Amino acid sequence: MARLPAARPSRAWALWVGAGFAALLLWSWQGTGVDLASLFGREGLRQIAVYVRKLFPPDLSAAALSAAGAGAVETFAISLIGSLLAVAIALPMSLLATRTLLYRGILFEGRRLHPGARAVRLGFYAAGKAALNVLRTIPEIVWALIFVFVVGLGPFPGVLALGVHTGGVLGKLFGEVLEDVDPAPLEALQATGASRVRILIYGVLPQALPQFVSYALYRWEVNIRAAAVLGFVGAGGLGQRIYVAISLFHEQELMTLILAIYAIVTLVDALSAYLRSRLV
Amino acid sequence: MARIPSAAPADRFPASGRRSRFPYLLTAILAASVVYSLRAAQVDPRRFFEGDVLANVARFVRGALPPELSREFLGLMLRPALETVQISVMGTAIAVLIGIPLGLLATSSLTWRGVLHERASRAGRWGLGFVPYALARAALSVFRSIPEYVWAFMFVRAVGLGPFPGVLAIGVAYGGMLGKVYSEILESMNPRPLETLHAAGASRLGVVLYGLVPQALPNVVAYTLYRWECAIRASAILGFVGAGGLGQQIELSMRMFQFNEVLTLLAVLFVLVAAVDFASARIRARLA
Repeated sequence: MARLPAARPSRAWALWVGAGFAALLLWSWQGTGVDLASLFGREGLRQIAVYVRKLFPPDLSAAALSAAGAGAVETFAISLIGSLLAVAIALPMSLLATRTLLYRGILFEGRRLHPGARAVRLGFYAAGKAALNVLRTIPEIVWALIFVFVVGLGPFPGVLALGVHTGGVLGKLFGEVLEDVDPAPLEALQATGASRVRILIYGVLPQALPQFVSYALYRWEVNIRAAAVLGFVGAGGLGQRIYVAISLFHEQELMTLILAIYAIVTLVDALSAYLRSRLV
Repeated sequence: MARIPSAAPADRFPASGRRSRFPYLLTAILAASVVYSLRAAQVDPRRFFEGDVLANVARFVRGALPPELSREFLGLMLRPALETVQISVMGTAIAVLIGIPLGLLATSSLTWRGVLHERASRAGRWGLGFVPYALARAALSVFRSIPEYVWAFMFVRAVGLGPFPGVLAIGVAYGGMLGKVYSEILESMNPRPLETLHAAGASRLGVVLYGLVPQALPNVVAYTLYRWECAIRASAILGFVGAGGLGQQIELSMRMFQFNEVLTLLAVLFVLVAAVDFASARIRARLA
């Protein structure tokens, strides 16, 4: 609230950052060939209006509706199974990405690790972190391309792509949750002479699980949006049908599919919010 | 602190003492949808033990190693890499231009509710306040619920290939997200300074400029920077539908089975994303 003036970023610093961003903006403006004048000029606006008019009314014929429905169900399935696969990948991986479970902190205060064992555990930690970084850095759609190459077209590569990428994201988040648990219960357990595994099961996990569920549900909301576009590279769902509709200039069908995306995204958001309020 | 500890958990149980059937029902529904989804998504882990899939995995790994590091290729990729940064910066800038006005209109405490409008007439509150508010909310919702890829694809159709449609796609989709979050930030601000200014006879503009903006600015800037981090990831991929940047190159290399080039491009992408994350995190840490 009442922040002291001394704690504020200094004026000179703000000026430097501001000037840096201005330069970045100019450079980007010039590099991307942005031409707002022509976009919002008379001709540009007319073209936009023509395109928007073509989108209406959405194609509500039985064939278009059943195609959109099938795509929406497939997208839902990809996002759900992909998110579950991600949790299955993230749970074991996150144990590797947690320093406080591997080699330092309260669990290792009473029973010191042999230096050699400590080095091995440090190696596990580094390897786990690196693996999660690789999974997370490669975007879903690139994973989708890779899995389409490996297992062929269809929704299955979409599931794998979401699972692997999100597994990396959740593994990192789960690891952070595990490192941040309140140490007091762990100390109490340790004082009773509980083993490390028991402390993990009775001290760490009960504290971490609600956050795990909450993060997994949040990523499911992200994944339903991602699943809707993975089809662009041949990984099933609504994306594939949208790609076809745009490529063939079937604008009214495109509108139906966009409405389907809107419906399925809204549905999953609501489901996820409801589950979160009941479970967490 | 003053809460009686035993009172809080008690009201979580229904008064009748009847056991809720909800958990069983929920579990059954979830299990059914998982089983159904496994079929709908054609999940088949056995595929990974089939010869052709294993051969493809081997082919991909062998093809990707070692990464393509020839001077010629790296030189060719410099331009798309910089373009990716430029698209993210320009896209975020346009998102801010869209997000600020729509976000202001979508803030109920500014348009039709609360202390600023106590003395406004009923008709004025509805016509000049609620209607623009509802329209702005609807526009923001449409902007952000259409995924940026779909926007990009449509803009490629409208303005042609290249970075410009990528900028527009990020601008529109992120504009929708920024506008919504800006309005949430503004609505969550402490109303006391506004009431004080209002009581002192300040005009509405004065109340906004001196009561609201100073409170909200750090959050607004921090969230915008966070969105910029997301935009660099998005702009790297929008090229898949022809909107410039690294994505276009990744797609080309992938389609031509040049997996060693793909690996190099992914490494470049990693460096770009890490650099933007670092810069943004530094600035946000100073602001907080």
